[in-house]
Amino acid sequence: MRFEHWVYTIPLRLRSLFKRSRLNADLDEELHNHLACQIADDISRGMGMEEARLKALRSFGNPLLVREKTRATWSWNYVEQCVRDVRIGIRTLSRSPGFAIMAILIMGIGIGANAAIFSVIRGVLLEPLPYREPGQLVSLFEHQTRPVDAGYSNYLPVAGGNFSEWKKATTAAQMAIISTWHQYNVSAEGGKLPEKVDAAWCSGNFFSVLGVAPALGRVFIDADDRTGAAATVLLSDGFWRRRYNSDPGIVGKTIWLDARPFTVIGVLPSSFLYEGKYGGGTDQLWTTANHEAPADFMTSFGDRGFVSVARLMPGETLSQLIDQLSAVQHQIKVEHPEPSVSDGVQGRTMLEDAVQGYKTPIYILLAATGCVLLIVCLNVAGLMVARAATRSKEYAIRAALGGGLFRLLRERLTESLLICVAGAGMGLFLAWAALQWLVSVRQDMNRVGSIHMDGTVVLFAAFAAGLCALISGTISVFGSKQRQILASLKESSRAHSGGRTRASLRKTLLAVQIGFSVVLLVGAGLLVRSYQRLRSTDIGIPVDNVLTMRISLPGARYKTPEDWAAFFERLIARVRAMPGVETAGLVSTAPGEGWGGNRMMSVVEHPPLPKGEGFDILLRGADPGYFAAAKIPLLSGRSFAMAERLQRAHVVVLSRSAAKAMFPEEDPIGKHLADKQGRVYEVIGVVGDTRWYVTEPVHPMLYMPIYGNDYSSATIVVRSSQPVEALAMPIEKFVSEMDSDLPVSDVMTIRQATAKSTVDNQFDSFVVLAFAFIGLILASTGLYGVLAYLVAQRTGEIGIRIALGAKRDQVLGMILADGLRPALIGLLIGLAVSASTTRFVKRMLYGTQPLDPEVFAGVAVLLIASAVLACLLPAWRASRLDPMQALRTE
Amino acid sequence: MSKPSDLVQGTLDLLVLKILALEPLHGWALSQRLKQVSGNVLQVSDGSLYPALHKLEQQGWIRSEWKPTENNRRAKFYSLTRLGRRYLEREAANWERISAAISGVLRLTEV
Repeated sequence: MRFEHWVYTIPLRLRSLFKRSRLNADLDEELHNHLACQIADDISRGMGMEEARLKALRSFGNPLLVREKTRATWSWNYVEQCVRDVRIGIRTLSRSPGFAIMAILIMGIGIGANAAIFSVIRGVLLEPLPYREPGQLVSLFEHQTRPVDAGYSNYLPVAGGNFSEWKKATTAAQMAIISTWHQYNVSAEGGKLPEKVDAAWCSGNFFSVLGVAPALGRVFIDADDRTGAAATVLLSDGFWRRRYNSDPGIVGKTIWLDARPFTVIGVLPSSFLYEGKYGGGTDQLWTTANHEAPADFMTSFGDRGFVSVARLMPGETLSQLIDQLSAVQHQIKVEHPEPSVSDGVQGRTMLEDAVQGYKTPIYILLAATGCVLLIVCLNVAGLMVARAATRSKEYAIRAALGGGLFRLLRERLTESLLICVAGAGMGLFLAWAALQWLVSVRQDMNRVGSIHMDGTVVLFAAFAAGLCALISGTISVFGSKQRQILASLKESSRAHSGGRTRASLRKTLLAVQIGFSVVLLVGAGLLVRSYQRLRSTDIGIPVDNVLTMRISLPGARYKTPEDWAAFFERLIARVRAMPGVETAGLVSTAPGEGWGGNRMMSVVEHPPLPKGEGFDILLRGADPGYFAAAKIPLLSGRSFAMAERLQRAHVVVLSRSAAKAMFPEEDPIGKHLADKQGRVYEVIGVVGDTRWYVTEPVHPMLYMPIYGNDYSSATIVVRSSQPVEALAMPIEKFVSEMDSDLPVSDVMTIRQATAKSTVDNQFDSFVVLAFAFIGLILASTGLYGVLAYLVAQRTGEIGIRIALGAKRDQVLGMILADGLRPALIGLLIGLAVSASTTRFVKRMLYGTQPLDPEVFAGVAVLLIASAVLACLLPAWRASRLDPMQALRTE
Repeated sequence: MSKPSDLVQGTLDLLVLKILALEPLHGWALSQRLKQVSGNVLQVSDGSLYPALHKLEQQGWIRSEWKPTENNRRAKFYSLTRLGRRYLEREAANWERISAAISGVLRLTEV
C-alpha cells in the first residue's frame, strides 16, 4: 500500500518541484479550456457570445482565486513561497542599500566575534588531548594545606620520593612523572651551531601511560630509566625536521647534550604535545629521569621536581585515587615534618590541567562577545523598527488590500534572516581572519595549534544567525502595530507628534544596548587599568636600556667551581670593556626572570627555632658588579669584594624585605645566617627589593657571590646609555670566541621580558577593549538614529512650538533630554549590572579592585559624553528649524 | 461565488472519485456530469472543482493525461488510479454506514 502510494506520487512531486513553470502553464490552459468549453456549449444552445462569456465566468467564480487555490494544493508550495519571500526580501533590501550594508556589517562583526571565540573554546578547552583514551588521564600534584607564603600556590609539583611512595601504594592507576623545565646544550656538529633546547625528564613509562606511539624508533621503556642505563633521548618531530632535516636514519645515532653522548631511540609524532600547569609545550627533547637526575633528587620528599600523570584503571575515579594518595602523603608528612614536605595530594584531569590558566580569560571573552552579539541584535532590531516605521503606510495599505497578517510578518522575518545570513557569511570570514591573527600573536598559549575552523563552526555561525534573525525580527514585528491599520493610515496626514509608540520601543532597545555597552566598557576599563598597573610595576630596577642573556656551562666540560668562576670572570671583564657598555654584571636569575630557587635560613645570633622552621628566602648568586649594573640601590653595608670567591664566598647581601623579616629591630650587618647544612654566612650589606616575577609580590631575597656557590649558569645584565639591543650580537660573538660550543639563550631587554610576562593581560584587555568600543559605537549610532528619526517625526510639532514663541535653546534642551533619558537609564542599568558581575574578572585583575571607582566614573563620563555627542546634531538641527518651512512639510 | 454547504465540501472528493471511476473525464465534462447526476441539488461553483482535482492528484488517487477531446481540443483528462479505486471503495462503504446511521437517527419519531 505504502509503496504503491509512492509509485503514484513521487513522479508527480518531482515534476511539481522541477517543472514549476510547465505546471503553471498547464493549469492556465486547463482553466481556460473549461471556460472555452462552457462558452462553446452555451453558444451551441443559441446564446450570444458576450452573454455566454459572462455566464461562464459567473458560474466559474474568480479565475485568479481558483488558480491560487489550486496551486495551494500542490506539494512544494511552501518552498516556492519561501523562494518568493527571499526574492522579495532581496529586492526590498537592495532598494535601501545603506540600511542593508549597515545591518549586514553590524551582524558580521557580532557573529564573527562569536564564531572566533567559539573556535577558540572548541580548540583549546574542549578538543580532546591527542592521547589514547584521554578521558582516563589525570595530572597529580602535591598540596599544602597551609600555604607557606605567597610564592607557593596549590597544585605544587611532586617530589621524586613522594612519587615513588604513591606509585607503590596504588593499583588504581598507571603512574608516570615528567619534569618539564630542563634545558640541554645541543653541541655543534656537522656545521650546525650549538643551541640550547628545552627538554623534559620523564619516567620510562611516561609515553606508554599516555598511549603515544613514536613516529620513528621506540619510546622509553623502564630499562632506560635507570641510573646506570645507556643515555637515550627522544626527539620532537619539529626538532628532528629542523635540525636533522628529517633524517630517516636518525634512530641509533648519537647526539651530544651538555657535552655527553646520547643515543636517539625515537622521534615522536608531530601531533604529540604535552602541556600542563608547569609548561612542557616548548620541549624538544625527552630523557629519562633516573638517568639524568641526581639520586637524592629522585628520593627527596621536599624537592618538588615533577608533575605526575596517571591513567586511571577502568572503574576507578580521580577522587578515589586522590583519597588513596592523600593518605600516603599524610603518612610521609608525619615521618618527615619539615615545612618543605607537602601534606596532601591534589589532582585534575589532564585536559583541565592544560587549559586551567586560559579558562577564565576565554570565558570572559565569550561573555564579551555574547554582549556584542546582543548589542548587535538590538541594533539591527532598532534599524528594522525604524524601517518598519517609514514603511508603516505601505504595510497598512497592503493589510487593507487583504495581505494576510502572517504573510506580512513572514516577509519581515525573512528580511531579518537574509541580513543575518549575509552577516554570518561575513562573520565567518572575519572570524577566519581573526583566528589567523590570534594564532600568529599567541604562540605562547597552550594548545593554540588546535584552533581551527570547520563545519561545526559554520554550523555555530548559522545557529547564531538564526537566533539573531529571530530576536531582531521578532522585536521589530512586535514593534509594528499591525492591528491598527486604520490608525496608521490616518496618522500620517495629520498628527504632528506621531510615531511615539515605535520611538519608545526603540528607546527601550537603546537603553538595553547602552546597558550592555556599559558592562563591556567597565570590564575593558578594569582590564586595561590592571594592565597599566602591571606595566608600570616597579620590578625594583630601572628597566630602560638593560639587556639580559643567559649562559649555562655544560658540566661535562666545565667540571669544577673554579672552571665556572674563571670562565664567567673572563667573560664579564671582556663585556665590561666593550665600547657602549656602561656597566655589566652577572646574576643567577635576573629580576622578573622567575623563582630561581629558595633556601631555608636561620639567624645564628637569635635563639634557635624549633626543628624544621626558618626563613624561606629566595636565593641569588651575584658578582661584585651586579648591583651597580642593575641599579639596585645599596641601602647599607657594602657589596661583594672581588676576593670573596670560591672558598671565601660565605658572605651574603640581603634584600630590604629579607632584612626586615629576619632582623626586625636591629642592624643586620655583621650578623650571621646559617642554612640547614650548617653553612654559615656573614651579612655584609642590604640592598633594595626586586621582584622575581612581575605579577607576583616581592619576596625576601638573599644574594651570595656567584663565584663559588655552585652556580654554573648565569644571566649577564648589561646596561648602556644607548639603545642596548645593538650590543647583543657583539656579546654573543665574544661567547662563541671563548667557547664555540656554548649557546647564548633568552637574549632580550628587561622591558621585553616584562612585556612577555604580561602578554596575556595585554591581549585580554586589548580584545575586550575593542569589543567595548564596537559596542559603544553601535549604541551611539543607534542613539543618533533614534533621535534623528524623532526629530524628523516631530518637525511639525517643533515648528508650531517655535512659531508660538518657544525659545531655540528650550527646543534644544527638550530634544537633548529626550535623547539622553534612555542613555542615562541604560547607564544606570549597566553600572548596576557591572557592579554585580565584575567580581568574576577578579582573578584576572592585578592591583585593581573589581569595583574600582575611577573605572566606573570614567565609563560613566565616557558614555554620557558620547551620548551627548550623538544627540547634539539632531537636537541642534531641531532648534534651527524654520517654523514656516516646518509647518509646510507633510 | 456561492459557498457549497459543508457537507458537500467534505464529500466533493468522494463524488469526483465516483464519477471518474465510471470513465476518465476532463474538468468541464466532470462539472457537467456532476450537475447532471446530482440533479442540480449540489451547488458547486465550477471553479472549486479544480483545487479538489489537483489535491486528489497530489495524493495519488487520480492521475491526469493531456488528450484530444471529441471536438479536437487538447484537454487534461483525469482517471482513477488503483489506489484511488481502493480508496473510493473504502470511503463509499464508510459513507453508507454513516448516512445509514444518520438517517436512522433522523427517522426516530418523537414520543
